[in-house]
Amino acid sequence: MFFQQFINGLAVGSIYALVAVGYSMVYGVLKLINFANNAFMVAGAFLIVLLYSWWHVPYWLTVILSLFLCGAGAVFMERASLNPIRKKGAPGISALICTVGYSTVITNLLLYIFGSQTIAVPSFSTFSTFTLLGAVIDPFTIIILATALVMMILLTWLTYGTKYGEAMRAISQNSVATQLMGVNVNRIITITFFIGTVCAALSGIMIGIYYSAVDTTMSFTIGIKAFAAAILGGIGILHGSLVGGLVVGLLETFVAGYISAGYKDAIAFVILILVLIIRPSGLFGKQTQQKV
Amino acid sequence: MFRKAINFWAKHQILITAIFFAVVLVYPLVLESYYLRNVAIQCLLYSILSLALNLIMGYTGIVVLGMAAFYGIGAYSLAILTTKAGFSFLPALVCSVIITFIAGALLALPTLRIQGNYLAIVTLGFCEIMRIVELNWVSLTNGPFGIKQIPAPSLFGFTLSQPVQKYYLAVVLLAIVVLLMHNVINSRSGRAWKSIKSDPIAAQAMGINVFRYKVFAFAICAAIAGLAGVYYASYIGYVDSTTFNYNQSIQILSMTIMGGLGSIPGSIFGAIFFVILPEFLRWLGTFCGEWIVEWRQILYGLILVLMIMFKSDGILGGFDLRQIHLYNRLQEKNAAAEEGQKK
Repeated sequence: MFFQQFINGLAVGSIYALVAVGYSMVYGVLKLINFANNAFMVAGAFLIVLLYSWWHVPYWLTVILSLFLCGAGAVFMERASLNPIRKKGAPGISALICTVGYSTVITNLLLYIFGSQTIAVPSFSTFSTFTLLGAVIDPFTIIILATALVMMILLTWLTYGTKYGEAMRAISQNSVATQLMGVNVNRIITITFFIGTVCAALSGIMIGIYYSAVDTTMSFTIGIKAFAAAILGGIGILHGSLVGGLVVGLLETFVAGYISAGYKDAIAFVILILVLIIRPSGLFGKQTQQKV
Repeated sequence: MFRKAINFWAKHQILITAIFFAVVLVYPLVLESYYLRNVAIQCLLYSILSLALNLIMGYTGIVVLGMAAFYGIGAYSLAILTTKAGFSFLPALVCSVIITFIAGALLALPTLRIQGNYLAIVTLGFCEIMRIVELNWVSLTNGPFGIKQIPAPSLFGFTLSQPVQKYYLAVVLLAIVVLLMHNVINSRSGRAWKSIKSDPIAAQAMGINVFRYKVFAFAICAAIAGLAGVYYASYIGYVDSTTFNYNQSIQILSMTIMGGLGSIPGSIFGAIFFVILPEFLRWLGTFCGEWIVEWRQILYGLILVLMIMFKSDGILGGFDLRQIHLYNRLQEKNAAAEEGQKK
């Protein structure tokens, strides 16, 4: 029982971690909470349904197209709305509300196209479960875990081992100075939005396959839990998102298994509020002083 | 054009307010359709909610993404007090408003240490926690079945069961809220809030107790939203947790932002606009197909995005009618004085 819960928790947790990375990437550069992130997450899964089940595109192409389209959507959002807002020097909260607007538009567009009922997401192959230490394990769980780990390593390398990552970290410290050093700030921001959204869409696809279902309310329920995970680990810090995601996933599964399934969804929010009150910078974040 | 209209409004402010209230008062007497009255009641109800959000967002500068939480607490308090504890309407109303006031203050006390963006998310999380509690605390809230048969509002022994009577109750509540807001905003607290909005650190340096005023703003905002919840529960006669969700909060947010941050008429305008919009679309749907009704939520999002992009403080935001009026009069006087000197 315990081991079973543990495995389930890990699977859910690594999905949260991937969505959380999407928040973290954008927040790290712009100090902006990208609410559209969770809308793009479900959009990823819905696009799989649209392309594979309805239009019969080959599966591998479906995944690539879905990731690309979500990324392109985020780039459009950044170029069309967020960039002009930043240029006007509006307060940071305007950009946040703008992404809330985008997320409303995207989820309701999906609702309009696919209806409000839950839709089955096709998997790329069928897995037969096996038993390990008394727990029934779906091999797809291992794929989720592996994907989350690989993405995490890849992104860490990208941020700390490449020129792009260096530029990204420079922008997060001082974007004007970075511009003066000859870095095309807008391009780096656009790329960051693209990568963050691709992570979210990828996790959306995996959620769809894991639960073999997707509906638009997931955008909110899973998206906000992933956000709690990002905050818990320290938003803007990649390995923080991984740890945060796993902690939220495990806690949630154990609460559902041992205490009450009804309150399962409240756990993430309680964690969120507690972390923000006790340690606003998260587990791995550095406390920053506000300058006048 | 727009500027001229604003100047005209500033000049004839009292007249226009009087006309507005006259229209509001005569409306149900002229139009007797049940449907139109219901739409009007929705307008009044959302005006109260939008004003509550405007108080905290437009004047104090704290973004709250979870208004539906307080709305729900108010509605559930009334429902529980009247159906389970046997309170009559007025005491239940007072108790519910006090409960939401305390809930607002309790949420604010620990969370106000958190900075802007995070605070917005915390209120969103709070809204979701409240919804889950309302759904799962079956012994108190009946869980997913909701609370039925909430008695109609009654005042001093008269039961307001007719829609017209309920309509006038909503008008009275809105009038009270508008008066309260108008007075609070032009008081010491209101000025403190405005200074906190423009620069919290400078406000602190000027000796304003930022924390205390923020908690106060939170509590008042919650209490007003709770009042709207009380009215909603007794008007519909039924509450369940699906009403007070994230989409509800976003709808209220759209109203406040669209109408104008820091503007009382703006909030009322925003509420009326967003209540009438879906009804208008439904009417339009009878000509060009049902699909357009489904576009309602998408339109909310689009309006939110476009509004933020082009005028981030809303249509009537940033206009202080009294100031504009004084400024215009000063200019007229100066012009007159110059004329006099020339002669």
